[in-house]
Amino acid sequence: MALLQISEPGESTAPHQHRLAVGIDLGTTNSLVATVRSGMAVVLSDELGRPLLPSVVRYGAQGVQAIGYEAQAQQSHDPKNTIVSVKRFMGRGIKDIAHIESMPYDFQDAEGMVRLRTLAGIKTPVEISGEILKTLRLRAEAALGGELSGVVITVPAYFDDAQRQATKHAARFAGLNLLRLLNEPTAAAIAYGLDNASEGIYAVYDLGGGTFDISILKLSKGVFEVLATGGDSALGGDDFDQRVFCWIIEEAKLAPLSHSDARLLLMRAREAKEYLTYHGEAPITVKLGSGEYVDVKLTTEVFGDITRNLVHKTLAPTRKALRDAGLSAEEIKGVVMVGGSTRMPQIQHAVGEFFGQDPLNNLDPDKVVALGAATQANLLAGNRSAGEDWLLLDVIPLSLGLEMMGGLSEKIIPRNSTIPIARAQEFTTFKDGQTAMTIHVVQGERELVSDCRSLARFELRGIPPMAAGAGRIRVTFQVDADGLLSVTAREQTTGRQAHIEVKPSYGLSDDEIAGMLKDSINHASDDAFRRALREAQVEAQRLLEATQTALSEDAQLLSMLERAHIENCVAKLQAVLLGDDRRAIDAAMSVLAQATNEFAARRMNQSVQRALSGKKIAEIT
Amino acid sequence: MASITLTEKAAKHVAGFLAKRGKGVGLRFGVRTSGCSGMAYKLEFVDAANPEDLVFESHGVKVLVDPKSLPYIDGTELDFAREGLNEGFKFNNPNIKDQCGCGESFNV
Repeated sequence: MALLQISEPGESTAPHQHRLAVGIDLGTTNSLVATVRSGMAVVLSDELGRPLLPSVVRYGAQGVQAIGYEAQAQQSHDPKNTIVSVKRFMGRGIKDIAHIESMPYDFQDAEGMVRLRTLAGIKTPVEISGEILKTLRLRAEAALGGELSGVVITVPAYFDDAQRQATKHAARFAGLNLLRLLNEPTAAAIAYGLDNASEGIYAVYDLGGGTFDISILKLSKGVFEVLATGGDSALGGDDFDQRVFCWIIEEAKLAPLSHSDARLLLMRAREAKEYLTYHGEAPITVKLGSGEYVDVKLTTEVFGDITRNLVHKTLAPTRKALRDAGLSAEEIKGVVMVGGSTRMPQIQHAVGEFFGQDPLNNLDPDKVVALGAATQANLLAGNRSAGEDWLLLDVIPLSLGLEMMGGLSEKIIPRNSTIPIARAQEFTTFKDGQTAMTIHVVQGERELVSDCRSLARFELRGIPPMAAGAGRIRVTFQVDADGLLSVTAREQTTGRQAHIEVKPSYGLSDDEIAGMLKDSINHASDDAFRRALREAQVEAQRLLEATQTALSEDAQLLSMLERAHIENCVAKLQAVLLGDDRRAIDAAMSVLAQATNEFAARRMNQSVQRALSGKKIAEIT
Repeated sequence: MASITLTEKAAKHVAGFLAKRGKGVGLRFGVRTSGCSGMAYKLEFVDAANPEDLVFESHGVKVLVDPKSLPYIDGTELDFAREGLNEGFKFNNPNIKDQCGCGESFNV
């Protein structure tokens, strides 16, 4: 029997008049759709009772030929037109994609996001993901008997703006009204039940087919907050398959394989991996296109050995997330396991050992994310009931900032800030009479802009001419609940402003986020050195410009000898300016400053005299 | 003698919801003619009682029922239940002959 909630006076909904809302877990390997039915989140299965939809799309000459299991079955026959793990390509350029050489697709590098040439023409990852979403939409509409009023789609916490934007576009392509993007681990936490859970700090360990996410959540009084996130956007069950695949090739001493053989072997590798979850060893037998037979046995021990460093790779971001949250492993009250890959015994074991406790696994790890998304969708669609007023806080995965003089990045919103958030900071003009300012928005943890991801660039014009340092430009960063950014720059005296919605240029990134984070740690001291150097260079540049201006205006205040000395010092500073010896720059700067001390004093006197000359004492006191 | 009762657990939750909401004198329990099986329960907060309302008090919580609804629900006990992730009110209504699968509406 359904459980009723109390409504506001006069607002009881008629039975069966709930707005239809679903949550979609758009996964790398499998996708699911779930809804809340009479107060209970359930995954909607297809007509054959299968809850999962393999995220596989096969194209034929007429367009989409098959999606899901049917497409998956044809993988080895037609690898080029059968797209798997398309999520890895969302918002990504060719150079961002790992293992691209072992993929059978005909990639087209395009401005921004990569494209795939298929029998049905050139397809973007957005369209391919959109086809998967469309299939789930039809399934949900058939199951619920009506049109959907809204959906929540989950994305890895690590998805950057370009990837989130691509996911939004895919939803639009599928004709879905996207209520919100939700971080996968956050969705899992919702599925695990807020009121039921006892207060404390929890870790969500999510190893899916293609991504790894770790999130540290704090639950208190039914409200939960994401304290920190971390992970690796290019690590998942697929990588374990890849290891097994390579092991088979080595073990069976196979020559380079055709596309269809490679696909077949990869499928067998995956099956062997799944088999090992419940068995001690997995036989692998394959007949290749060449007529060659592969017949090997993979044992749990060997599987553990060849994947050990993958397991360890998940623990480094876990440690970092804990550090970000200022916590130790002992302070974690429970560990929630999400993603089919967490079924692997060696994962359970490693995570249990790391946190010193058995991880929680009482919900199906393949379904939790979809169930949580459904719960959230139900709420956002307006089917909320009294007392369900819990809050949901998400964090931004990478710091957002802008470029300063000298190519330094200034962070405006630090990573792991909860969203939605707005932060403002004031900046000033660098040159006399400067009338425009370029705002370059970047994302990342590194000190130099060249090491961060460029998100957008725009110009604020019409700044009234002023002395350097007198202009006041207020730059406001705002991140909405979906994690999307808008930036406004406003000149304070005139009120003139410029604004940009960050519609990120797809895949312009040179590094993936996980790599960027790792880099920022590895390069911390290097970065600090370079930052100091750049700062010295910027300061020196400013001093040189001020000196040149003074020389061109008031050279008559100097003797020939004095002038030559100053020019000599200027030349010396210019000589070391572009080098990387910060001390030399500092030294040359102080010599020049000393040399111009007297000059500056005379200029000061002169301007005071000019200001005072011809005026009566009464006028100036 | 007509009676509408709350279990202790249900009363605790209603009181909790009312406190959280910051206003309201009690809980309105009634029926409406809608739904797939004839009648549907109605459960609302009450800000102001109507003159004709019948008031039942149970564990310190006031339950208001309009006289027209009473015949359909007389003798009902309201319970608060938790099923998995979901929680809400359940009705033990002695008058029901049948109800639709989801239990949101019923027939007497």
